[in-house]
Amino acid sequence: MTTHTTAPGTPETPDTPDSNAPAATGLIGLPATVGRALATGGGALAVVSAFLAWTWTAEFPGDLTVYGYPGGLQVLVLIGGLFTTLFGLASYGVKGLKVLTPGNADSALKLAALGTFATAWYTVIAISAKLGGVVNLEPGGYLVALATLVALLGALALPFQRPEPDPADPDDTGWEAFRHRARQKRANFKAAFAAEPPAPGRTLPAWAEILVITGVMALGLLVFTYGIGTEYDELFIGFLLTAGFGFAALAKAGLVARISAITTRHRTVTMTGAFVAAAAFPFTQSDDQYATIGVYILIFATVALGLNIVVGLAGLLDLGYVAFLGVGAYTAALVSGSPSSPLHVHWPFWASALLGAVVAMIFGVLIGAPTLRLRGDYLAIVTLGFGEIFRITVLNMDGTSGPDVTNGSNGISSIPNLNILGFDFGQEHQLLGTTIGRFANYFLLMLLITLVVVVVFRRSSDSRIGRAWIAIREDETAALAMGINGFRVKLIAFALGACLAGLAGSVQAHVTYTVTPEQYQFAHVVPPNSAFLLAAVVLGGMGTISGPLVGASLLYLIPAKLQFLGDYQLFAFGVALVLLMRFRPEGLIPNRRRQLEFHEDTAAPAVLSKAGA
Amino acid sequence: MTTDTTTKDTAPGTTPGETVLDARGVTMRFGGLTAVRDVNLTVNSGEIVGLIGPNGAGKTTFFNCLTGLYVPTEGEVRYKGTVLPPKSFKVTAAGIARTFQNIRLFANMTVLENVLVGRHTRTKEGLWSALLRGPGFHKAEAASRARAMELLAFVGLDAKAEHLARNLPYGEQRKLEIARALASEPGLLLLDEPTAGMNPQETRATEELVFAIRDQGIAVLVIEHDMRFIFNLCDRVAVLVQGQKLIEGDSATVQGDERVVAAYLGEPFEDAPGDEEAAEVEAAEAQADAVPGKENRKETDR
Repeated sequence: MTTHTTAPGTPETPDTPDSNAPAATGLIGLPATVGRALATGGGALAVVSAFLAWTWTAEFPGDLTVYGYPGGLQVLVLIGGLFTTLFGLASYGVKGLKVLTPGNADSALKLAALGTFATAWYTVIAISAKLGGVVNLEPGGYLVALATLVALLGALALPFQRPEPDPADPDDTGWEAFRHRARQKRANFKAAFAAEPPAPGRTLPAWAEILVITGVMALGLLVFTYGIGTEYDELFIGFLLTAGFGFAALAKAGLVARISAITTRHRTVTMTGAFVAAAAFPFTQSDDQYATIGVYILIFATVALGLNIVVGLAGLLDLGYVAFLGVGAYTAALVSGSPSSPLHVHWPFWASALLGAVVAMIFGVLIGAPTLRLRGDYLAIVTLGFGEIFRITVLNMDGTSGPDVTNGSNGISSIPNLNILGFDFGQEHQLLGTTIGRFANYFLLMLLITLVVVVVFRRSSDSRIGRAWIAIREDETAALAMGINGFRVKLIAFALGACLAGLAGSVQAHVTYTVTPEQYQFAHVVPPNSAFLLAAVVLGGMGTISGPLVGASLLYLIPAKLQFLGDYQLFAFGVALVLLMRFRPEGLIPNRRRQLEFHEDTAAPAVLSKAGA
Repeated sequence: MTTDTTTKDTAPGTTPGETVLDARGVTMRFGGLTAVRDVNLTVNSGEIVGLIGPNGAGKTTFFNCLTGLYVPTEGEVRYKGTVLPPKSFKVTAAGIARTFQNIRLFANMTVLENVLVGRHTRTKEGLWSALLRGPGFHKAEAASRARAMELLAFVGLDAKAEHLARNLPYGEQRKLEIARALASEPGLLLLDEPTAGMNPQETRATEELVFAIRDQGIAVLVIEHDMRFIFNLCDRVAVLVQGQKLIEGDSATVQGDERVVAAYLGEPFEDAPGDEEAAEVEAAEAQADAVPGKENRKETDR
C-alpha cells in the first residue's frame, strides 16, 4: 500500500518561489537603463536613417533613393522616430518635454517604438517584395530596419507594473492550465502598455487654451489632408500604421485626455475650429481630385450623424436608413430641371432642399408609424424590409412596370449643377488666391449641411426630448412609467433622422449628377448604404458627434485608397468590425457614458461631467 | 365569495381627505389564469396604505393594473374621480407615479438626468424649442433643474447629482427611483417593495422618507414583505391572497387576523375562508390533543 505517498501537500511546493511577487520588469530581459537608452537611441537613429537612401531604384513609389531628402514612407518613419526620441527623452525626465507626457511616458514610448517599427519594417518588406528580394535595399534600408528593431526591443525592456497573477487551480486539466497561462500572458502584455489617465492638468488662460485647440485643429487638418492625398497603397497603409500607433501613443502619454479636457471647456470654440479646419481643406488642394473624396466623405458622414440620432440616442436599430437619403435625392432630382425628370420644373436650391427634407420626413413618419410599435430585432428587420421596398419601388416606377416617375434603373440623369445667387457650382472659382473646383464648391455647401446636422444633434440631445430618447433606449418600460409617450418620442427621432438624411440627399443628387436605385442598397461596395452607415456609427461611437464623422471618414477612405483589397473589401471590413467589437465595443470615439457601460472593471471616473453626452 | 371582505372595507374609512384612488372590482386574467380577482381598494389623500400578501398573490399584477401597464380584464380604476387611461404614460401624466420591484433606473444617465426624465410630463418643451433655444427653453430647463435638485436634496442625493445612476449603492438607487417618481408631481405614489434588499438602517431611513412624502400631501400605496416596516408605516393594510383581497384594516386588525397568519405560514387556503376554516382549525386542534406529534400544526393555528 503506497497510496499515502501521494500526499496532498506535494502539489503546493513547486508554486512557492517568487513567481507571484509582481516584479517591475520589462517584457524582455534587458536592464531598464539599457532598454531606455536603446529605445531613445534607436528612435534617433531611425530619424537619421530616414535621410538616407533605402533602395536603389525609383521603381518603388515615393522615390526613396535620395540622400538627404526623405520622401514618401520615409517621412512617416521620420515622424515615428521623432516621436520615439521625444517620448524617450521625456521618460528620462528632461525638463521641457515633461509636458508631452502627463500620463505614462514609458507606455507612450513603447507604442511609438512599435509604430515606427511597424511602418519601417512594412516599408522594407514592401520594397523587397515589390522589387524582388532584399538585394534591392540600400544601406539606409538595413539601417532603418535595425534602428527601429533596436528601439522596439529597448522599449519592450522597460519595466512595468505586472498585474497580480491569479493562482492556478492545481486540479486543472492540461487544456485549462494552458488557457490559464495564456490569460496570464495576455494580462501581462496588456499591462505592459497600460497607462492610467493623467491627473487633470492646470487650467491655462483662455487664450492659450484656444490656441491649443487651434493647433490641434490645424494638426488634424494636416493629418487628414495627408491621408486623403496619399498617392499609392503602400503610403496609405504606412499612413494608417503611423497614425494609428501615433494616436495610441498620444493617448497613453495622456495628451489626448488633456486636449479633450480643454475642448470640453470650450465646446463652441472647438466646433467652430473644427469647421474652419474642414472648410480650409479645399484651399489646401491644388486640384479637384481629393475634394471629390472629401465631398463624398462629408455626405456619408452627415447621413451617418443623422442615423446616430436614431440609433445612438433613441436606440432604434434602423437598417433601411439609406432609403431616406434616396427619398431626398430623388425628390431634389425631380425638381432640379433634369431633362429625364418627368416634372419639368427647376426649383431653386433652397426650395428643393427643403422639399427633399420634408418629403423624407413624411416618409419617415409613414414608415415609422407602423413599425415603431416593434422593439429591438423586429424593428431592425422591418426597417431593412422597408429600405428594400423603397429601392424596388423606385426601380419599378419606370413607365412599364408602374407609373413613369423615376426612370427605373436608368435613374434621373444629367442633373444640372446648383446655382445659388449666381454662384455656379459647376464652374471653377478663384477664392482667396486658390482655384476652387466643382467638387470643392459642393464640399463647402455640404459642410454647411453637416454643420446644420451637428447643431441639430447637439441641441436635441441636450434637451427634454433628447433625455426622453436616451431614457427610452435605456429602459422603455421605465420610460413609459415616467410619463414619456414612447411611440411619439420615437417617431420624432425617426422623422428627424429621415429629415436630415433627406437634406443631405438633396445635395448628393447634384454632386453625383445622376440618381439611380443602385445607390441606395442595404449593402454595397460604395459607402453610403445602410450597412456602412450603421457601421460608421458603431465604429465611430454611438451617441457622439465626432464618432460617426471619424467612422465615416475611415470607412470611405480605406476602400477608396486600398485598391488592392478589391473583392476582399467586404470581407476585410467584416473582420475589422468583429475585431473592433471584441476589443473596443464602445467605438473609436466613445461616448463617456458607453465607455463606462462596457468597461466596468477599469477605474473609470464615477462622475460624468455635463459634457459627457 | 368575497362577501365578508367587502363588508370590512368600510370600517377604517376614518382618515380625512378625499378619495385619490378608487379601484373597483379589478380582475386580471391571463388566459385561463386569474391573477387578480375582484379586488376593491381605495386610497385617500394623506394616507399610507400597505398591500401585503405571500409571493405570487398578485400584488405586482394589481399594481400594474393601477399604473396602466396592464388593462384590467374587468373592473375599473379611478384616480380622483376619472377612470384611468389604459397607457402607462397617461397614468403618470394623470398623477400616479410608481417605482419598480427590481430597480429600473436609467443606468447610464446621471442621477440628475434621471430625475429630469421624471419631469417629462410636467414640462412642455418639444423638439422645435430644443432646436431654436429661445428664452423659454432656457427658462424651462433651469426651472426643471432647480426642481430636480430640490428633489435630490429631499432624498439626500444632491451631492451625487453628476454620478452615473449605475454607480450608486443599492439603497441610494432606491432613493433615486423615489425621487424620479416624485419628479412627475404625483398625487399618489406607488412603491413596489421599496425596502427589498435593504439593511435595517436603510429600511428605517426609507420609512422616514415615506412619512416625509406623506407629509407633502401625497398618498402612498406600498407593497412590501417586511412586516415591521409595513405595520409601522401604514394607516391601513390590505392583504391579497391568491389574487383575492382577504382583509383590509389598520395594522392591529390585520396582524390579529388568523386567516392572514394562515395564508403567510402556508396553511392550505380554502375558497371559503370564514367559518369553514375555523371549524377545520378547531377540529385539527381537537385531533392534535389526542394524537401527539402534531404540535407544529397546532402552533401555526395558535
